[in-house]
This record gives sequence, structure tokens and C-alpha cells, in this order.
Amino acid sequence: MSEPSPWRGDFPALAALERQQQTYLDSAATSQKPQAMLDALTHYYAHGAANVHRAQHLPGALATQAFEECREKVAQWLHAGAPAQVIFTHGATSALNLLAYGLEHLIATGDEIAVSALEHHANLLPWQQLALRRGARLVVLPADALGRVDTAEAEALIGPRTRILAVTQLSNVLGTQQPLAPLLALARRHGALSVVDGAQGVVHGRQNVAALGCDFYVFSAHKLYGPDGVGVLYGRSEALGKLRHWQFGGEMVHQADYDQASFHPAPLGFEAGTPPIAGVIGLGATLDWLASLDTQAVLAHEHRLHQQLLRGLGDREGIRVLGAPDTALACFVVNEVHNADLAHLLTDQGIAVRVGQHCAMPLFKRLGLNGAIRVSLAMYNDSNDLQRFFHALDRALELLR
Amino acid sequence: MSLSPEAAEAAERFAACGSWEARARLLMQEGDRLAPLAPEERNDANRVHGCESLVWLVGEPREGRWYFRAGTDARLLRGLLALLLARVNGLDSQALAALDLQQWFASLGLQRQLTPSRSNGLNAVLQRIKALAG
Repeated sequence: MSEPSPWRGDFPALAALERQQQTYLDSAATSQKPQAMLDALTHYYAHGAANVHRAQHLPGALATQAFEECREKVAQWLHAGAPAQVIFTHGATSALNLLAYGLEHLIATGDEIAVSALEHHANLLPWQQLALRRGARLVVLPADALGRVDTAEAEALIGPRTRILAVTQLSNVLGTQQPLAPLLALARRHGALSVVDGAQGVVHGRQNVAALGCDFYVFSAHKLYGPDGVGVLYGRSEALGKLRHWQFGGEMVHQADYDQASFHPAPLGFEAGTPPIAGVIGLGATLDWLASLDTQAVLAHEHRLHQQLLRGLGDREGIRVLGAPDTALACFVVNEVHNADLAHLLTDQGIAVRVGQHCAMPLFKRLGLNGAIRVSLAMYNDSNDLQRFFHALDRALELLR
Repeated sequence: MSLSPEAAEAAERFAACGSWEARARLLMQEGDRLAPLAPEERNDANRVHGCESLVWLVGEPREGRWYFRAGTDARLLRGLLALLLARVNGLDSQALAALDLQQWFASLGLQRQLTPSRSNGLNAVLQRIKALAG
């Protein structure tokens, strides 16, 4: 069934990739960018770059204004309330590391930090290392056979010693939406702070962090059709108040002397050094553009494509899809066929998919697999992309079997 | 640098390849030429890290020249390893250090296999070869 993408033409890279005979199905790694974002970056650099929150001159004032407007746009996009609850970082990984250092003082020996078995390394290793630094215990919430955190098990594992719950919204390996509502309620009941990794989830649905009720929500701009080098950390203002300053220098400083210094509160106090100004402005332009789209139409398009992907994989003999993906992506392995061989032949045919363990080595260990092939979708993909993928897959398997 | 007879023959076979499919078939045939490693040689010490696939490499100098053997569980990579070893086996340390493998694989129409991406196994094998012989 033909499923064209009405938004494909808004992404100039899609035509370029087509000219290079590349079919891009790796958007869970990073996304292509809309023209509106490219225009905003060019405009900023072409009309006078300036640093923010420092200079009194006109370019500085304009840059600061544009930068702070983007903070408002992000707050609106997330339904986060006050823009001061939005901190710009250099990526989702740096946002999660900020949290793991900023909350370190709350963790004592014997305390527990709970993560799910499905976490990306970025939402696992900062907590693992924090636990090691403080003599705390990292508690891993197991997933069920479909690839969702088992809430009954979580109920038994989250308790009075739990200080932090860090969990993904949408698995980057299994494409499964996680049961955030009951998990966050559990964390609240036990007085634990909650951290949601929205790196994948933010792309495939409108978010309302106030309704979600998490303490912190993290995502990176580059997966959400924005520039790379920008991350967003939303924090409820009470939760932000618990953060200790982490990186020092730049306009996060309030007063400084040789032997002591004081620092601003959030958000500025957590944006040490020059922030990614152009990137933030680019993200703002992306959000404006996204807000102009019919979100329901985008999600319906993505859903139909995802169904086509799952059906096509299901129709083929010997293919095993990992978990029960809800949206966005699917990981699979093929009986008797080595992932590396299949990936090699897909690459030969211009199919850009990802092979490997997708920054989730412990999960693959648990699954008893040494990797998988991941196909991931974005709004600009269409059914022709999937046809080309399946055609290439069939020819590759024919050769390998 | 002149090619060994083995390498020259391989180059000839690949020169005749017109399509990716023909190249893939040929790669799998090349892989079949790779002398298998003994099970006890597939150990941690011989493991080449930095590959998506499991790869083992052993090498020994004989009268000033290096001879390598390698194994992997992926078929196309086995072919690439066979082509790599066809090019490097019998060279001395100096020749190994100076070898331009990019050029070798490009001449086979396989230049993409040596991209600097960290997921690329062949680069890791090459680094190990140079370390062993260095």
C-alpha cells in the first residue's frame, strides 16, 4: 500500500540521499533536518553571531533574546510551564551526566538507584558510576517478554531505599513504550526522584511533562529534527532546587573570588561555558516548524509505516523481531544468518540501517544475542523506502542462504 | 610494491566483477580459502576487539617475513580477511609498515570496507597486524 510522506520535501537531505542512492532508515540514531532549521542556522550566522547573557551590545542582546525565546518554545513544546525549568545542555548524554553528578550528594551508602534493563548506555552508565562512587546499589528493573518494564517486579524492587528512578520512555532497541505512569507513581510513593529518558520518545508523540509527573525529562535535539550538540533537561523547579552545581565557568557564575565563588540557580547556573547558541536557535526553528504541522497526521503516517515494516518482517521466513515494538523502529535477527553479513549486503545496496548492539550491551547479553539489525523510521520516510529495504533484504538473504 | 602471485590472482578475479552481487559471491568464495584456525587459537588473547563480529588473528615471523592466519564467524568478513592476508602474508616488517591497504582494497572495488568508522572490523585487524609486526 502506497504511503507517501507529505513532509519529505521539507527535508532537503532526502533528495540528496536519493541522488546518492541511499535509503535512510536510521533516524533513531539521528534525524535529517527540515529546511526551516537550516534557514535559522544560516540566518543566525549570516546576520551576526554573538555570545549570550554577557554583552550589552546590540548583537549580544539580539542573540540573548533569540536564545531565551527558544527556552520558551521548548517549555511550550513539553508543556513544562515556566521556561526556567528548561536547561540547555550539549546533548541527552550530557544532561543525564549532569543529573548523575548534580544529585550525587543525595546518595548515601546502601541507597538504591533503579534503572530498567532496557536503558541506553547514556541512561545506565551515569547511574552505575554514581552508584559505584557512593557505595549505592544499582537496581535493574527487568522487562517482560514483549520488552516492557514489568510493573509487578518493579513494585517489589522500588522501595524506601530508592533515591532515583531513571527509565526510558521508548526503547531505542525494542521500540516499546514503557509504562511510565505506574513507574513514576511508584517512585513518587517512595519519595524517589524520577528521570525520564525521552531521547526516542520525544520524537514519536507530543509530550506533556506536567501531566507525566516526572521530576526530570531529557532529550536531544538532533533526533527531533534539530541540530546536534544540543540537549534539553527539563526539571520540576523543586527538583531543580536539589541539584548541586556541576560544571563551572562562564555565565553560571554569580560572584567569584580567588578562594570562593557563588553561582546562579537553574537554568543559567547549569549552563557553564558558552552554550550551543546556534544549535538552540536551530532547535527553536524546528519546534516552530513542528508546531505548524498536524501532529495527528504525522503520528498516523508513522504508525502506518511502522505497521508496514512489522508486516513485511513478519511475512518473511526465519526473521525474528525483538520484543513487540509499538512505534518508530524494529530490531531483528535472521536465523542462520550473521548480522554482519546481512548488514554488509544491505549497505552494498544503499540501505542505511544500523547493525550492532545499539548502545545497549547489557540488554543484548540478557537477550542472548550478539547484536541485531535496526530499521528506524521518521516522518520523512515513505512506503517506497520500505519497499527498497525489503527488496534489498530479499536479495541479500537469497545470496546468504 | 609488487603483489604476491596469490594477491595478483585475487585482483584479477575481482577486476572481472561487475555487480555488488558478483562481488559478494566472490567474497564468500574467497572466505572459503581462508585456512581455519584451530579451536584453541580462538582465544581471548588472539581476539581482535573493535569488530562487530568475532575475529581472531595469529601471526608469526619466519625468516624475517610475517605470516598471519585469521578466523571469524561472519562469511563476508572471512572473505575480506582472506584478501587482506593474501596481500600481507610474506612481507617483512618494513614492507608491512609501508603498505597502503586502502589502495589494495580500492583496486578490488572494496574501498568502502576500510572506512574509518569504528564499527569496521577490517581496520581493527590491520591495526593488530601492524602492532604484531611492529
